[in-house]
Order: sequence, then C-alpha cells, then structure tokens
Amino acid sequence: MNFPYSLWSKLILLAALLAFPALDMPFYAELVAKTLLFGLFAMSLGLLVGYTGLASLGHAAYFGIATYVVALMTPGYEAASFWLTFPAAVLISAASALVVGLFVLRTKGIYFIMVTLAFAQMAFYLFHDTALGGGSDGIYLNARPDATLFGSKLIDLDKPLHLYYLIVLVLVLGYLFLQRILQSPFGRVLAGIKSNEHRMRSMGYPTFRYKLAAFTIAGGIAGAAGYLYAVLFGFITPELLSWHHSADVLLMVILGGMGSLGGAFAGAVAFIAMQEIFSSFTKHWQLVMGVVIVVVVLFLPGGLVAIPRRARAAFFGGASDE
Amino acid sequence: MKSHCFPGKKIVNHLVMAALLAAPALAAAQQAKLKVGLMMSYTGTFSGPSNAATNGFKQFVNENGGKLGGREVEYFAVDDQADPAKATENANKLIKRDRVDVVVGAIHSGVALALAKVARETNTLMVVPNAAADELTGVLCAPNIFRVSFSSWQPAYAMGQHVGKKHKNAVTLTWKYAAGLQMVEGFKEGFEKKGGKVAKEMTLPFPNVEFQAFLTEIASIKPEAVYVFFAGAGAAKFVRDYAAAGLNKSIPLYAPGFLTDGTLEAMGDAGQGLLTTLHYADGINNPKNAAFRLGYVKAYKAEPDVYAVQGYDAAQLLDAGIGAVKGDTAKRADLVKAMEDAKIDSPRGAFTFTKAHNPIQDIYLRKVEGRENRLVEVTSKALADPARGCRM
Amino acid sequence: MDFYSFLIQVLNSIQYGLLLFLVASGLTLVFGIMGIINLAHGAFYMVGAYLAFGLTSLTGSFVLSILLGIPLMLVIGALLEWALFSFLYERDHLEQVLLTYGLILIFEELRSLIAGDDVHGVAAPGWLSASIPLGDTMSYPVYRLVISGACILLAAGLFFLIQKTRLGMLIRAGSHDRDMVQSLGFNINLIYRTVFALGVALAAFAGMLAAPVSSVFPGMGGQVLIVSFVIVVIGGIGSVWGALFAALLVGFADTFGKVFVPDFSGVIVYVLMAAVLLWRPEGIFSKK
Repeated sequence: MNFPYSLWSKLILLAALLAFPALDMPFYAELVAKTLLFGLFAMSLGLLVGYTGLASLGHAAYFGIATYVVALMTPGYEAASFWLTFPAAVLISAASALVVGLFVLRTKGIYFIMVTLAFAQMAFYLFHDTALGGGSDGIYLNARPDATLFGSKLIDLDKPLHLYYLIVLVLVLGYLFLQRILQSPFGRVLAGIKSNEHRMRSMGYPTFRYKLAAFTIAGGIAGAAGYLYAVLFGFITPELLSWHHSADVLLMVILGGMGSLGGAFAGAVAFIAMQEIFSSFTKHWQLVMGVVIVVVVLFLPGGLVAIPRRARAAFFGGASDE
Repeated sequence: MKSHCFPGKKIVNHLVMAALLAAPALAAAQQAKLKVGLMMSYTGTFSGPSNAATNGFKQFVNENGGKLGGREVEYFAVDDQADPAKATENANKLIKRDRVDVVVGAIHSGVALALAKVARETNTLMVVPNAAADELTGVLCAPNIFRVSFSSWQPAYAMGQHVGKKHKNAVTLTWKYAAGLQMVEGFKEGFEKKGGKVAKEMTLPFPNVEFQAFLTEIASIKPEAVYVFFAGAGAAKFVRDYAAAGLNKSIPLYAPGFLTDGTLEAMGDAGQGLLTTLHYADGINNPKNAAFRLGYVKAYKAEPDVYAVQGYDAAQLLDAGIGAVKGDTAKRADLVKAMEDAKIDSPRGAFTFTKAHNPIQDIYLRKVEGRENRLVEVTSKALADPARGCRM
Repeated sequence: MDFYSFLIQVLNSIQYGLLLFLVASGLTLVFGIMGIINLAHGAFYMVGAYLAFGLTSLTGSFVLSILLGIPLMLVIGALLEWALFSFLYERDHLEQVLLTYGLILIFEELRSLIAGDDVHGVAAPGWLSASIPLGDTMSYPVYRLVISGACILLAAGLFFLIQKTRLGMLIRAGSHDRDMVQSLGFNINLIYRTVFALGVALAAFAGMLAAPVSSVFPGMGGQVLIVSFVIVVIGGIGSVWGALFAALLVGFADTFGKVFVPDFSGVIVYVLMAAVLLWRPEGIFSKK
C-alpha cells in the first residue's frame, strides 16, 4: 500500500533525462537543459516560499548575479576555469543573499515581499544603468568555461552533450542537497517557523538565523542555476534580474504547488512547456497563458502537483487523505 | 517481323537515354523548397516594422512566382519579441530545429547581434533586414552575413555633414545604449569633418524620458543646433517637451530618421518641420519605387515604409545570389560572391555592397510635413560605412 | 541650477507625485480594506490612457472623453470585482499575486488585439496647450499645471468622501474590522465593490490625464505598477494620507534624482523604500 510512487517516478524521470540525447534532437535537448536549470532555480525558491514561508519577489537577483560573475570572469575570448568560476558564482550569489537577508528578514508579510523586490531592483539598476556589465545592452560570454581537470579535457563544455549531462548532474545534486536539508532537524525548524514563528522563538530557537541560513542557501542554489544559464546561452542582460523574472519563478513555484520540491520542479516544467506550446500556436500566447493561470488559481488551489491527489479523491470518492 | 526500324526507334532510344541521364539533373533542379527563416519582433513595439518587412519580402517573392533564385520558398517564422536574452534560443529554433537555409533577421539590434553569433557558429546564411548595429558589418562581419538596411553610422554621419555646413557648434543627447552612442559617434565624425564642434555630449539611462534637466542645460548652453537620437514613445515625448519648453523656436533640432518614423501621430504639431536623415523618404521619384509602392498598397492595403523596402530588398538580394548558383545553395562560396557583387534595384535607389556586406547608398534629408517625411534633397551620395574592425 | 530650472523641477515633482498618488490611492484602498494585492492595477492606468486616446479620436474632445471614460471605468471596475476579484478575499496573498499576474498578461494581450502596439498621442485641448514663459528661454506647459490641479481636486474629494461621508465611515470601519461591519448588518460586498470600482477609476483617470504628456504606449502600465506598490508600502497600507505623502516624496526623489544623479536615479526610489521599511517596517502612516 505504500508503494513508493514518488521514488520510482523520479528514477524513471532521471533515466529519461539521461537517455534523451540519444534521440538526436539538438534543439529540444537545449530546451530540456533550460527547463532543468529553471527547475533548479524554482526549487531553490521553493525552499524559501514553500518550506520557510518566505515569499521573495526578488529571487532573480541571485540568479542574475551569478551570470554576471561568470561573464565578468571571462573577459575577451579566453575561457576561464570552470573549477574557479562555478564556486565563485555560487559563493558570490550566496553572499549577496546573506547581505540582503540581514536587512530584509526583519520584515514580514507583504512588506517582506516588497523589500526583497526593492533590493532586487537595486541590483537590476546596478547592472542596467552603470557600465559594470555593458549596461542595458548586456554582455556576451564569449568562451565557455574550461573544465580541464588535472590536465585532461574529459569534460568539454563546448560539446553540447557534456554540458547537458553537467546540467543534469547539478540538478540531481541540488535536489538531493535540498532534500537532505529539508529532512534534517534544520528543515524541521524551518517548517516550524513557517507555521508559527512566535512559537519557535518562545521555544528558544534563533529563528532569524535559521531564516537567514535558508535565504542564503536559496541564493546560492539560484546562483548555480544562473551559472548554468550563462554557459548554456552565452548572453547575459540585466533583464535576468528584473522583477518580471522574479515573478516568473515565483509563479513556477505557486503553479506547481508550494509544499514540495517536486512541485516547484513541476511548476517550472509546466511554465516553460506552456510558453513553448502556446507560442507555437498563436502570437497572442500570453493571453492563453494568462487565462490558464487564472483558471489554475481559481480551481486548483494547491497547484499542479495536487492534481493526482484530487483526481484520486474525485474518482474514488471519500475525503482526500491529507 | 523485323523491327524494320520504325525509323524513330533509334531516336526514341536516344530520347529515353537522354531522359534517364537528365533525370538526376532534373531532380536536382526540382530541388527541395528553399527554407527561409524569418526572425523578427512580431509582438511588441517593433511589430509594425516586422510586419512591414515581412510583407515587403513576401511581395517580391510573390512577384517572382513564389520563388527565389528559381527555388520555391517555404517560410518559417519566429517571434523574437525584441528580447535579446531569448534571441539565442529563438535563433536555434530556426537553425537547429527547422534547419532553415537562410535566416532573415532581425529588426532589433540586440537580437540581431545574438542571432549573428549563432549564424557565425553554425555558418548559416543571414540577411539583416533592419538592425543598425555597426558591428554587424564591422567588428562582427562574416562572409555569411549581409545587411540590406543601413548601419547606425550612415544616417548619423550624413546628418553631421549637413549640420556642419550651416552650424559651427552643437549639443547631442541620447540614451546611453549601443544604438544611441553609435548614432552620436557617427554624427560627431561627420560634423567635425566639416569644421563643427560638439560642445557637449549628454546621455541619460535607457529608457528614461525625464528630459527636463537636459532641456534646461540646452537652454543655458545655447548651441547653434541640437542633435538627438530617440525612438518610439521616448522620441514623441522629447519632441513635445522640446517644443513645450520653447526651444524649437530658437535652436533647430536634428536627428536620424527614427525620431520621426512611426511617431508623428504621437508628436502632433510639435514635430512639424523637423529635419532628419535616412536612406528612404516619402516622395522618392524613381520607377522602381512607384511600382513597389503600388504593388504594396494593392497587396496589403497600407502604405509601405522604409522597413517594407528593406524586406523587399532582402528578397532581391537572395534572388540574385541563389539565381546565380542556379538554386544550389550548397555552393556557398559562389553564392556569397554573387551576393557581394549584386547591384540591388531598390525602391530607395540602386545600391551595391561594401566588402563588409553593408549597402553603399544615398542618404536623404527629409522634412516632416503633415504625417509624412518628405524628401528634401540627397544629403550624401553613395555613402559607404567604414566597416571599422572588419577583418574580411 | 538657476531659480527657474529649480522651479520647473519642483513643479514637475509635484505633478508626477500627484499622478502617482491617484494610482497608489486606489491600490492602497483595495489592499488596505479588501486585503487584496492586485498586480494588475497598472493595467487600469494603461486602459485609462488608451480610452482617452480612443474616445478623443472618436469624439474629437479630450474633456468629453474624460467625462465619458470615468463612469465607464467605474462600471468596468464593479464588474471585474463581481466576476473575479470577489473570489480572492479568502485566498492568501501568493495566490492573489499569481492570479493578478495572469490578469496582467490578459490585459496586455487584449490591448494588443484591440488597440495594436503602436505609440499614440493624445492632444491636450487647445485652450490648455499654452506655455507660461519663465525666464528668457524656458517656458512651462499650462497643461502640466492642470494635471496637478485636477489631482489636487480629486485628492480633496477623496478625503472628503472618506472623512465626512457615511460611505467613508463604512470604508474606514471595514478596513479595521470587516466581520464586525458585516455583523452590524451592512452589505460588505457592496462596500467592497464600490471601493474596488473607485480604485480602478482613479488609476484610469490618472492614465487619461497623463496621456497627453507621456504618450499612449504598451508597457506604460508596468512602469507605474512597481512604483505604486513602493508608494503604498512606504506610506503604509490602507492609509490614503500615507499614499499622498509617499507619492510626493517619490515624485521629488525621482525627479531631482534624475537631474542630479541620472546614472543612479533608478535605484533612488528603492533605496528610499528599503530605508523607510528598515526604520519603520510597517510604513510611515500605517494603521495596522
């Protein structure tokens, strides 16, 4: 009765992802890779929104900062080292989140949402209006990072296949990392903070520090996703830090269902799939997208991952077991 | 019975042999359709120019029996939404997914630069129907990239020369982004060559439209002329603010044609009499233009503009090149050579290409009259972009 | 800078601030009283501007288009509330964010379908198109003064409504305690519908007033949206006084920022908001 649907479905998904390049559809492989890294991005926000109850409308800043880090560390046409740039990007994103978190975590509710937005906008204007990263025109990553290890070029990021598997790997590692955190005592405290922060504080937990840790970790993982984005597409603009982008990833999390990492991932897949499919049918695809979103909110509280549960409940009758 | 040689038998034999031998050749000539990928901004503020350019392109193809260079055309279109961030993905849709033979794009410069990068990496033939970024036929020039529109430098330099004939000092103002800065650089070069001096170069962050401080500055410097580059809603607001501040009475305003293209209605009376430079104008008097405009109005029930002309010429260029290799686009070197040597009979006036694949064309001075940009005179004849940084 | 330039900037700041106040006041009322975050609020500003354009082209009179447009927007606002927003009261903020974001997409595309993507202009009425000369080279458009004047009148009307009328009393009571108002027998749904319609009409009116100055173009809704939220948050959610104060503050900060530090002008508003929130996390005039 306790058949691990969840584990098996994840393993099947992983197998499918690993096998996909065999189909030799380079355009779609790139699309899948993009979906995976946005899935990672969405999961990082899921940690904040779904588990800790912190709705951030400025999460794209940490994604964007990482893209600029790798681009600025690759001046001209010479490739920088992957082993240097990747940790640098993740750490700098996490550090930015830490600094911002020190300020924003003092506020709550709608005010928290707005202050996260404010700091993200500051980062946006920093890249948009100053000469730091080519201004509003953006900059190119002219050479993909070099992943030479001990002299051997085993992993060559210029080969789409290698890059694809790297993205899959980072996604899996990120997911496992987040899972471990959430199932650990640390994660329990986060859940407690979400449900009743007062109570946690009165029990002696330094809730501010826990929230800050979650905020920082989420920022770092967003940075990892951003780094992969930069390497995949090679073109970086300040729009990556815009509030539209932050709203998009928040939508992915809410759409998919806020209570689980899988939900965030599903939301990312659904969002990108909708964009692709709708835009190939009509140039007014945003209208269709908007309608779908409105319908989902009105009739599907709990997001997309709640569908199987609700379908089962509707089909088999009786109360759903949650 | 002996085949008394039905006398034609030998002839029939020969005919059959000939047919069999010719079949592969025929099959080769009955080629697969030519896949043309159109990458433009069909939604958003550039949708007007994108539709016009697409219409112009298709108009030529239709006039040519649905063919380019003898090959039937199959269209693939992608809406790049004027978003450079998504441009690489969108380019890949045409190049990797639809595997087009040629890409015609883009309208927006940022998108075109990203598209050009992909085109260079995949060696895809690319024709730019509008984007003005100097780099496309400059630092980033390539054998497989052609442009049939203009480079930012061209109208800007021409205006600099024109203003330099009448005024000795000027002030410039534009948004701080690549397009604006290139437009100002070109102006400065032309202006200084005629002995003029740019007293102050002002910029504001894109897309800010709070011009008051700059208008005040202009009023206090009191230059002989002001040169600006803005487009769209920002252009309309600037011209209105300039007039509302009373500056249009004392200090003449000059700009490249984009200040007044598509914005005249929004500017209202404030824009009347403005002088701009561009490679096209209302009232150009040559038979090709007359025929083109007639055909366009008949097909699309609207007046064509510079974007439509550029789309039409993109098709003309491809027709010339592909026709020269008899439809065999695999013969890339010959195809490119034919395109390089092509002389395009354009509605704007005939033009040829620089070595960097940019049009060598006349630049016109235009004046806003009513809702039109009327031709005043040819301010620069056969102006060629210097293609700085091009290594071809 | 000389005196006239300074004066011009002050006038511009006030005009910009007052326009933002119109938009933000609707937002703060809806948020404070009904508890709904409406990301689509900027779209109403845009609709107002496009209406001004459309009706002026149709009737030939800018003033007439405003007189027709406002009742129209009141009705549209009431309809929207009844058909859609009334379902959001029980939902949490994130779902409201999601749904109203979907609405933004819908409004933008409808606008594209109905009115196209071009930039349009609306001419201010002839009798308001003069300019007042200041100094020997500069002049200031009368119409901008008219905008400020109209906003001040409307602000006064709004305060009168809220402070001195029965409806206003109910609104204020409803913002403090919705259930109590309902249990006292008042039709809270009707009150909410009125407040929402009022908010929509205010934003649309701002768009109509601004159209001759800023042009009518896609994306104009998005430009005011974020700034309006900033104003609501700085001023305190639910406080109309707060919205006025914050709007003027933002108007001055933004305008003078663009004059003195154009490269950093974009961040000024956000630095301001962050500073206010870190000092007073609930906004300056918050009631909650």
